[in-house]
Amino acid sequence: MSSPAPAVSVNGLLKSFGEVEAVRGIDFEVGAGEIFGFLGPNGAGKSTTINMLCTLMRPSGGSARVAGHDVVRERDGVRRNIGLVFQDTTLDGYLTAEQNLRLHAELYGVPREAVGERLRQVMEMVGLWQRRKSLVNTFSGGMKRRLEIARGLLHSPRVLFLDEPTVGLDPQTRSSIWSYIRELKSREDITIFLTTHYMDEAEYCERIAIMDQGLIIVLDTPEALKASVGKDRVQIQTDDDAAAIAALSERFGIEATVAEGEVTFGVPEGEHFVPRLFAELGQPIRSVSVARPSLDDVFMSYTGTTIRDAESSQLDTRRNFARMMNR
Amino acid sequence: MAIETSTPSAETSAAARGGPAHQIAGVRVPTRSLRSELRAIKVVWKRELIRFSRDRLRILTSLMQPFLFLFVLGTGLSRLASAGTHGVDLRTFVYPGVLCMAVMFTAMFSAASLVWDREFGFLREMMVAPVRRSSLVLGKCFGGATVAAFQGVIVLCLAGLVGVPYAPGLILEIFALQVLLAFAITAFGVMVAARISQMQSFMALMQMAIMPMYFLSGALFPVSGLPQWLSILNRIDPLTYAVDPMRRAVFAHLDISAAARRALDPGVTWWGWHVPTLVEAAVVALLGLVMLLIAIAQFSRAE
Repeated sequence: MSSPAPAVSVNGLLKSFGEVEAVRGIDFEVGAGEIFGFLGPNGAGKSTTINMLCTLMRPSGGSARVAGHDVVRERDGVRRNIGLVFQDTTLDGYLTAEQNLRLHAELYGVPREAVGERLRQVMEMVGLWQRRKSLVNTFSGGMKRRLEIARGLLHSPRVLFLDEPTVGLDPQTRSSIWSYIRELKSREDITIFLTTHYMDEAEYCERIAIMDQGLIIVLDTPEALKASVGKDRVQIQTDDDAAAIAALSERFGIEATVAEGEVTFGVPEGEHFVPRLFAELGQPIRSVSVARPSLDDVFMSYTGTTIRDAESSQLDTRRNFARMMNR
Repeated sequence: MAIETSTPSAETSAAARGGPAHQIAGVRVPTRSLRSELRAIKVVWKRELIRFSRDRLRILTSLMQPFLFLFVLGTGLSRLASAGTHGVDLRTFVYPGVLCMAVMFTAMFSAASLVWDREFGFLREMMVAPVRRSSLVLGKCFGGATVAAFQGVIVLCLAGLVGVPYAPGLILEIFALQVLLAFAITAFGVMVAARISQMQSFMALMQMAIMPMYFLSGALFPVSGLPQWLSILNRIDPLTYAVDPMRRAVFAHLDISAAARRALDPGVTWWGWHVPTLVEAAVVALLGLVMLLIAIAQFSRAE
């Protein structure tokens, strides 16, 4: 983040489709070598932003530079320096894995003498070298995604964009995709820019921007975001919940409620509070649990809703629209 | 998720997978040049050929129609038409038209793959590449033309079966003309495909364009002595200018009566002027070029 030349820098970026403002003026920078994540529900404007950064869409306003090139005036400069993995597969199923990658190398003008070696390395990295002669149509969803990651890396991009790289994959494949992404960072001099609507995945990013309804609501490291929520969640089981809630309010000034059948409340530094709780509550406690705030809590505290609720309310209107525009 | 810590280090995960931690050699993507554009054209062209060679079923099915026209319809109708053909085999007469049909349908299907590419997302992979859109369109058109010309060559091999002699000059001329047609039709298809995102609509539209074009072209009848409305439509139809020179070439190599020649190979006329083969070929080439340019403009504009 202290790097002098940011991999991505965005100023007042806007995109509207007629009446609908999909991205409503955002500013941020991504440092070289960073893993940067866009987190938000479907329809928040993440894909639209990525499409603008990848030169696939013209911004309605504002400016953006990727790998030192302007996304409108120096499209080719941007394109040479980025790798892309889209939400939907963009492989040719009637070609073999290797043919897909070779086609990519030709389109990007990768020097002929370097193609063979590079091809082998990226395919080995995603564990598909043995399957290079197979038709892509015979691949599973996870294999296709891995192949797309390998292809996105083939021309040694400075910035790799991953739009929902794990959507629609089973948990095991998701975790293996993540291990590739992190391994990649240790091997190559590359910046990784991704979008996700999975909270647990956002944790792997060095910094995350939470996006909702076309705006960046907050941008920080996952730790700092969680710390900003400030409170750990403490849940206790008692014999008399009503008495326990009254005692909490009376002795500690804490508002507690019953959630999931347990008395639940938030306090800063939960572990340090527990000894005091036992000593001073004056009610028998049968069990206690302390949980650190999750990104779910963060999302909740900034947007006032959980990501799932945000999705279900926006899904019908915005997603259909986004799909229409993404054609 | 199998990973429970919030900041796992990359090294441990690589080790856990047992993967080698060697450095990957970086490559540099050169800036745009004529050479990189040529590579792009070539690889898009090559992809068409690979896909075509994989799709044996398509090779077979697109030969079906010409076979039916040539051997079933041709043989059946020749009994009816024998009085009017002055002793010339009807199949010899329709052969140029059938060849054009084989080429047209293959070229159309090649262009259609662009619509699939869009539907299946592959088009995006090409559109974000650091090359000119014109290179992509050119590669696609050359690819489609090559595939269609290949299909034409298969029909060309059948020439002897329907009384068309295997004269080297004739074969070469027909081949050149069908390459031209293949290119023009692919360019037409690509131009249409640039604006259409659904396969059904594309196919319906192509049917609407191809069938009238085929029937009006004189592929199945001589173009002289037609009612005026049909004569006008025939002269407007671009395919006329591919079928006619081919037929002219075939008839130049046949040993037949002058009456048969006049009846079956009258040649296309513009206000009484007999249009020479080269002009006809130029019409096809020019139309193909115009459609290619439109297709390029459309793809260059697309985001």
